[in-house]
Amino acid sequence: MTQLNINKVKFLEKQLKKLEPTFAKGGKLEKLHYVYDALATFAFTPATTTSRGAHIRDGVDLKRTMFIVVLALIPALIFGMFNTGHWHFVAESGNWNLPYWDNVLDKFIYGAIKVLPMIVVSYGVGLGVEFIFCNIKGHPIHEGFLVSGMLIPLVMPVEVPLWMVAVATAFAVLIGKEVFGGTGMNIVNIALTARAFLFFAYPTKMSGDTVWMGGQEADGFSGATFLGDAQSLLSDSPAVNGVDGIMAKYSFMDSFMGMIPGSIGETSALACLIGAVLLIATGVGSLRIMLSFVIGGLAFGALFNAIGVNDYMNVPAYMHLVVGGFAFGAVFMATDPVTAAQTAHGKIWYGFFGGGIAILIRVLNPAYPEGVMLSILFMNIMAPLIDHYVIQANINRRLKRLKVA
Amino acid sequence: MSEVAEKVKAPAEPLFSKKNRKLVSDPLSDNNPITIQVLGICSALAITVQVEQAVVMSAAVFFVLALGNVVISLLRNLIPGRIRIIVQLVVVASLVIIVNQVLMAFLPDVSAKLSVFVGLIITNCIIMGRFEAFAMGNKPWPSFMDAVGNATGYAIILIIVAVVRELLGSGSLYGIPILGSPIPVEGYPNGTGLFDMGYMNNNLMVLPPMALIVVGIIIWIQRSRNKNLIESH
Repeated sequence: MTQLNINKVKFLEKQLKKLEPTFAKGGKLEKLHYVYDALATFAFTPATTTSRGAHIRDGVDLKRTMFIVVLALIPALIFGMFNTGHWHFVAESGNWNLPYWDNVLDKFIYGAIKVLPMIVVSYGVGLGVEFIFCNIKGHPIHEGFLVSGMLIPLVMPVEVPLWMVAVATAFAVLIGKEVFGGTGMNIVNIALTARAFLFFAYPTKMSGDTVWMGGQEADGFSGATFLGDAQSLLSDSPAVNGVDGIMAKYSFMDSFMGMIPGSIGETSALACLIGAVLLIATGVGSLRIMLSFVIGGLAFGALFNAIGVNDYMNVPAYMHLVVGGFAFGAVFMATDPVTAAQTAHGKIWYGFFGGGIAILIRVLNPAYPEGVMLSILFMNIMAPLIDHYVIQANINRRLKRLKVA
Repeated sequence: MSEVAEKVKAPAEPLFSKKNRKLVSDPLSDNNPITIQVLGICSALAITVQVEQAVVMSAAVFFVLALGNVVISLLRNLIPGRIRIIVQLVVVASLVIIVNQVLMAFLPDVSAKLSVFVGLIITNCIIMGRFEAFAMGNKPWPSFMDAVGNATGYAIILIIVAVVRELLGSGSLYGIPILGSPIPVEGYPNGTGLFDMGYMNNNLMVLPPMALIVVGIIIWIQRSRNKNLIESH
């Protein structure tokens, strides 16, 4: 860091110190103490230490943990913006095979114009609700929303109106989190609560053929996703010609790279993989959950391949991993430390069934093209039960050992 | 006979004495059957999609509960303890059948919408609960007041939930469009009113889970504002 920057940091610290008495007990703006506290600890590691319970001495607190997750989301976000721009131009020209790597800057700028307002709205509404709520209830503002605020826009289709993002965010923060006692107490994932809310409240804006591409679509052009087309295999008038048709339209490599339409951040399995590496290397995300989630998906996919009574069941198992929100869900949603299973064995069961049920819903339930959201929410609710049985099994095992000896 | 004997002992209580007034006012807030006792939730979730249904349902419950409470109270010394639930069921069932027949005759549309839920008033916990807990041990007049209080407390919550759900779920109140119409007309491809500006009906509001959340929010607000209900930790 250069001398200039140190001076700047020192200046910020001084200003914060100077303001502190204003917000302290008895100060003029006492009511806004927690807002001040949240902003000050965002800039500087707080001087307070854990009073009891945890005994880890580490410079990494919740804010810095959250920051790593946000950092891990950046590849998915950048790629998402670019991909959004690309499909917008595809929809406008009506040419599905538009060269992908042409006009890179135009596509990226268009995508950024579409995506950035959603991020601003998500953060603005979410933090606003949280600040107001914490001030009324008089408890410190936690950092959990730093990640949720980034996740929410990334799991939405690009055409969702901003006011819907705002309503869903407010609903998720209030009903998903604050009623249970704030950050760390929620039962289900906040970002998925927001998505589920929109999914059931405004279905026409969350699924179908018209929501995945920004802007006006050319005549006769249908902006379906892999999952939408795959679902149509079950209907009387499939949009593609069997499994071969769908595999020709969306190649494995394109899907892996993310060059397919879908929700903003979820299309690229590669970007999610980069994020996963960062999360695992820093110990923030759980490798057990990610791995068992993928294995669960593969296992159920293979099972359906073996049954194979209709076209959708014959979609290769490995394709399921790279299309839709599977990779994104496995890396960023299922690993949410608050809502996932806590025990080491529990995490494996949690991940396995999370991935498996996602494929189950995709293939068997014609009403829900994307099963990942519902399966993770379902497993969030099941997580405490899994933990209970894992712990109980451990107790029983040890009791047995005790009797033998 | 016993009533006459009691009247000799104590001077007659005024009809709207403080105690009787409390029988009505208590269930409105501090001891609300839905939000505090959490009874009758099933119907509160099922028939609050539209205000009209909620109003008719509230009226039906009011009729059944008020008349039933009085009847049970009159019979309370004649009912053998071991078969009292059966007797209570017979009373409530006959009253519900009357309500159902009247609705079918005079309000066939609403009757069709409410479908089985009129019949299910028989199993509404509020009614059996008041019979068992109050009417079996009190005189007809206080029983009537108790029924008025509980039925009104039920109606208030039902109508609040229905207003929220109909306004946000269908954009109307009592069938009258408030927020405009989502049906496209000439010149307005997205519908009229707010819908023209991109507003959309919230489909989740029409589904029962949202009624549960709305009732939960009412309980939350009530418990955090009413000092009598704040639990000490």
